[in-house]
Amino acid sequence: MILRDLAHARTGDKGDTCNISVIAYHRHDFARLRRHVTTDRLRALLGDMVRGDITRFELPQLGALNFVLQGALGGGVTRSLALDAHGKSLGSAVLALEIPEEA
Amino acid sequence: MSHRVAPPEGRPAGPFRIGCGAGYSGDRLEPAVELVEQGDLDCLVFECLAERTIAIAQQARAADPSRGFDDRLEERMSAVLAASHARGIRIVTNMGAANPMAAGERVRHIAARLGLHGLRIAVVTGDDVLEVMRAGSFSDMDDGTRLAVERVVSANAYLGAEPIVAAIAGGADVIVTGRVADPSLFVAPIAAHYGWSLDDWTRLGRGTLVGHLLECAGQVTGGYFADPGAAGGAKDVPGLARLGFPLAEVSEDGSATITKVPGSGGRVTTATCTEQLLYELHDPSAYVTPDVVADFSRVHMTQVGDDRVRVDGATGTARTGHVKVSVGHYDGWIGDGQISYGGPGAVGRARLAAQIVEERLRVIDLAPRDIRYDLIGVDALHGAGPARHAPEPYEVRLRVAARTDSAGEARRIAQEVEALYTNGPAGGGGATVTVRQVLAMRSLLIPRQMVHARVQTLEVE
Repeated sequence: MILRDLAHARTGDKGDTCNISVIAYHRHDFARLRRHVTTDRLRALLGDMVRGDITRFELPQLGALNFVLQGALGGGVTRSLALDAHGKSLGSAVLALEIPEEA
Repeated sequence: MSHRVAPPEGRPAGPFRIGCGAGYSGDRLEPAVELVEQGDLDCLVFECLAERTIAIAQQARAADPSRGFDDRLEERMSAVLAASHARGIRIVTNMGAANPMAAGERVRHIAARLGLHGLRIAVVTGDDVLEVMRAGSFSDMDDGTRLAVERVVSANAYLGAEPIVAAIAGGADVIVTGRVADPSLFVAPIAAHYGWSLDDWTRLGRGTLVGHLLECAGQVTGGYFADPGAAGGAKDVPGLARLGFPLAEVSEDGSATITKVPGSGGRVTTATCTEQLLYELHDPSAYVTPDVVADFSRVHMTQVGDDRVRVDGATGTARTGHVKVSVGHYDGWIGDGQISYGGPGAVGRARLAAQIVEERLRVIDLAPRDIRYDLIGVDALHGAGPARHAPEPYEVRLRVAARTDSAGEARRIAQEVEALYTNGPAGGGGATVTVRQVLAMRSLLIPRQMVHARVQTLEVE
C-alpha cells in the first residue's frame, strides 16, 4: 500500500521554503499517518533536494499533517534553476511512500 | 486604529457574501462574471499579484509612466464593472501592481465609457518603499545576508486591511491597490461591513481564514485537486473546464461557509478546503499578516450541504510591529537548453548527451555559477531518489539550466545543447535555447512605522 491510497497532498511555496500537506481521506487513518509519514522518511525520500530543517505540524481534527521544508526550492521560485521552480509537484512524490499493512 | 464603519442602513440581515474573481493575474475571466451575475454578492475580490509580478510591473512603469499595472485590468473590469455597479457589488483588487494611480485612472475611464456616473474609485498607495530601502541597510529574512542596494529594482511593503477599510468608509465602490497581503483584500470589506474593530484579533483571525481560503480562487472549489484513479474516486472533480470560483457567506462573528454558484463546475468539500487551508501555510498556529497573527491550528470544517463547507475555530493574537517587504533585484542570467530523445535506448542517449555538454563546458572553459542537468521524464521534478525504481520511459528530454553573470555565457551554454543536433548522440530532436535575466525576489521585515499607506478617491462624472 502506498500513501496515495490513504491520503491526499498539496504543496505550497514561500521563498525558499516548501510546505507539503498530507491529509487522510478517513479520520481513522490519521494515527497511521502520524506513525509512518515522518520527517525522517521525507528526508530520505527527497535527499539532497532539502538543504535545511524539516518540521512536522499536526492537525488531528482535520486528519492532516503539515510538513515545512526549509531550503527546498533551489533559492526560491524566482531564481531556481529547477524545471518546477515552485516545487509544486513535490507532494506527489510523498504520495509514493510505502505504508505498511496493519491488522 | 479603530476605524468603525456602520453597516449600511436598510441592508437585509444575513451573512456578508464575498467572492474571489481571480487567484492570479492570468486566471480565467468567466467565473468572475458568473459570480457577479449569480452569486448574490456584496463584494468581489480580484487577487492578481504574484511574488514577482510587481517587480516586472515596476520595469514597465520605468519605461512608460502610464503603465505598470496589471495587463488584464481593462479586460477584467470591462467584463464585470457595469453588472457589479447595477447590483451594488463592491470590487477590491490589487491589479494596481506598481502603479495603482494609473490603474485607478484607467478604471475611471472604463466606467465613464460604460456610463457609470457617480462611481467612486479609491486608490491605495504607500506600499512602494524603494526609497526607504535605498536609504537604509537591510538583511534577508531567509538567510540573513545583506541586500546589494544597487541591483534592487523594486521594494514593496505588504499593506494590511486598514487603508481599504478607510476607502470603504469613504464610500468607494472600487478599491485599487498595489501590494497588499492577499488575505487582507478580503478581511477589509468584511471588517468594514460589520464594523469590526481592527484590534479585534479573534475576528481578524477568522476573517484572515476566509481570505486565505478564497485568495487562490479555483484552488478551493476543486481546481488543483483532481487525481483520476485516486482511492475510490475521492479526487474526481466534475466540470473543471467551467470551474466555479468561490464565495464565502461570512457571519458577524467571522465564521463562514465556503461555497460556489450552483451549477458551476468543481466541488467544495472538506477535502478541497483542507488542502487550501494548508496551502502555503507553515506553523498553523502563527499565520502572520499585517493585520493579525492568525491561529488556524484548531480550525474545524463541516460539510453542511452540497458544495457547502462551514469553517469555524480560527483565532488570532495581536499583529506584529514589523511588515514584510518584497524586494526585486537582478541576479544574473539563466541559460536553458533542451533536446529530446525517443524510442529504444532514449535514456542512454540523453545521459550521453549530458556528459558531452559537461565536457564541452570544460573544453570551452566556461564555468557557470550554478548548473543542473535534468532528464525530463526521469528525474527533473523529484531528483534521482524517487525515480530509482521507476521503469525507463519511452521518451526523455535533456534539460541543461545554468546561472551565469552574463547573457552571452547563458546563451553559449544553451547553444551547446542545441549543437547536440549534429555533434551529439543519434536521434536528438526538438532542441530549444532560452536565455533570461533573473529578476529575483527576496523578503525582509521593516518596522511598521516606516510604511505610510494613503487613500485617494477618483469619481466618475
